[in-house]
Amino acid sequence: MLRTEEFELNMGPQHPSTHGVLRMLLKMDGERVVDCDPVVGYLHRSIEKMAENRTFTQVIPVTDRLDYCTSMTSNYVYVLAVEKLADLTPPPRAEYIRVIMTELNRIASHLLWYGTFCLEIGATTPFLYSFRDREKVLDLFEAACGARLLYNYVRVGGVSRDLSPRFLERIVEFLDYWEPLIPEYEQLLDENPIFYNRTKNVGIVSQEMIRSYGVSGPNIRAAGLARDVRRDDPFAAYKELEFDIPTEAESDVFARYRVRMREMRESAKILRQCVKKIPGGAFALPLNYRFKVPAGETYVHIESPRGDIGCFLVSDGSDIPYRCKFRGPSFIHIQLFKKLLEGVLIPDIMAICASFDIVLPETDR
Amino acid sequence: MEVPEILAKLQGKYPERDLQLDLSLNTNCVILPLDLVPEALQFLRDDPDTEMDYFDFSTCVDHPPDRLDLVYSIASIEKKHRVQLKVILDRYNPTVPTVTHLWQGADWSEREIYDLFGVFFPGHKDLRRLMMPEDWVGHPLRKDYAHPNLVKRPD
Repeated sequence: MLRTEEFELNMGPQHPSTHGVLRMLLKMDGERVVDCDPVVGYLHRSIEKMAENRTFTQVIPVTDRLDYCTSMTSNYVYVLAVEKLADLTPPPRAEYIRVIMTELNRIASHLLWYGTFCLEIGATTPFLYSFRDREKVLDLFEAACGARLLYNYVRVGGVSRDLSPRFLERIVEFLDYWEPLIPEYEQLLDENPIFYNRTKNVGIVSQEMIRSYGVSGPNIRAAGLARDVRRDDPFAAYKELEFDIPTEAESDVFARYRVRMREMRESAKILRQCVKKIPGGAFALPLNYRFKVPAGETYVHIESPRGDIGCFLVSDGSDIPYRCKFRGPSFIHIQLFKKLLEGVLIPDIMAICASFDIVLPETDR
Repeated sequence: MEVPEILAKLQGKYPERDLQLDLSLNTNCVILPLDLVPEALQFLRDDPDTEMDYFDFSTCVDHPPDRLDLVYSIASIEKKHRVQLKVILDRYNPTVPTVTHLWQGADWSEREIYDLFGVFFPGHKDLRRLMMPEDWVGHPLRKDYAHPNLVKRPD
């Protein structure tokens, strides 16, 4: 008789589908996963400890490295926490510039996700389409702040540079070029039977898991819950802007893909409104480089492309943070894999992992 | 529900205790006595008025020489409210019962706190280091943690 037994399989730490350095210790029964233990920490740079040894301004470039696909939102959540503690209100123009940057970054991040997600389930062409257009968003960032990946743009009391009228025109030009391309992206996948078979009814997250783990962002909206920090707990100028919150009911890989595609359209809608509504005036408060923040502690959260990113900040009244904790959405989504991967096939692991849009630097911090 | 209402709800459940908001620092934070963990948290999760079924995060703040604060942030998906609860621990023997049976998301948060602050969570099924290597000595996010590569910023 043939002897069968479970065996262990190490996926990662260096695996193309893990978006960074994630190791998954899988216990396999043939092709099926029996147990999964995600191992993180390979990218731990002790960002929270580093923050305790820098002035409030010096921490901003460190937050860039939290989630390098959406540096703007990582900057922003930290700056928002400092502003809340220091009781500063940035000028209205800065609020609009921040919304523009957040939404542009959402487009860039979703395009990156779209390309890599398709690569992982075996489709190479969409990657070329999405990176062609992501470059154009990065060009916009370069024009605004000189950097393409790690921006250090959102500052306490405003932003580092003003936007020129030409820049606003370029946003409209980009949207005019890019918006008609979204149906083209979808055409590549939506009616493709292979894609459909790979993603439908795969990796379903139950309502109970969503609540008890704290899933957020597009992944919670793919489960039919219209939760979005931009709507529930509005920050910056989102109160004054109109947009919809796309939801899907199925909570599988396909639903998460659909939600992100629809979100990109909403981002374009928000950007067009911002370009029309952006007020004139100052783009930042005049602040010293080193300033003191009154003692206190606060928690703020915003909607990053990956979900609900938060910052818990404690100040003891000096010019350096006393404690700075970041609540990253990927940290929570990776925890889900332990349960979600039970009983799935190896090729589905890639589809499921990719569909959550995890980013490891934000998990490990 | 606002945080004071949630506090009133908790106070109603435990009339003999004197529960307070953390007025000194954070007015959204309720100070919870250590012996009410995890009982009061379970009450907040299961009560139909509060329904705190969404685990946001938990973390620690080190206050040498003798205090270590553990902060839970929990929220409700349906009611859309959020509260932070602070438990004050003994810095030399920080032990607090686990809440992983209430919210599965607390699993890694507690592992991280164990790793970086050295807090023990009796009842946690898999309390290993999360970020640091398994053979690491010390708990890096404590204020008195010393390491040759860690140089204090010059003034």
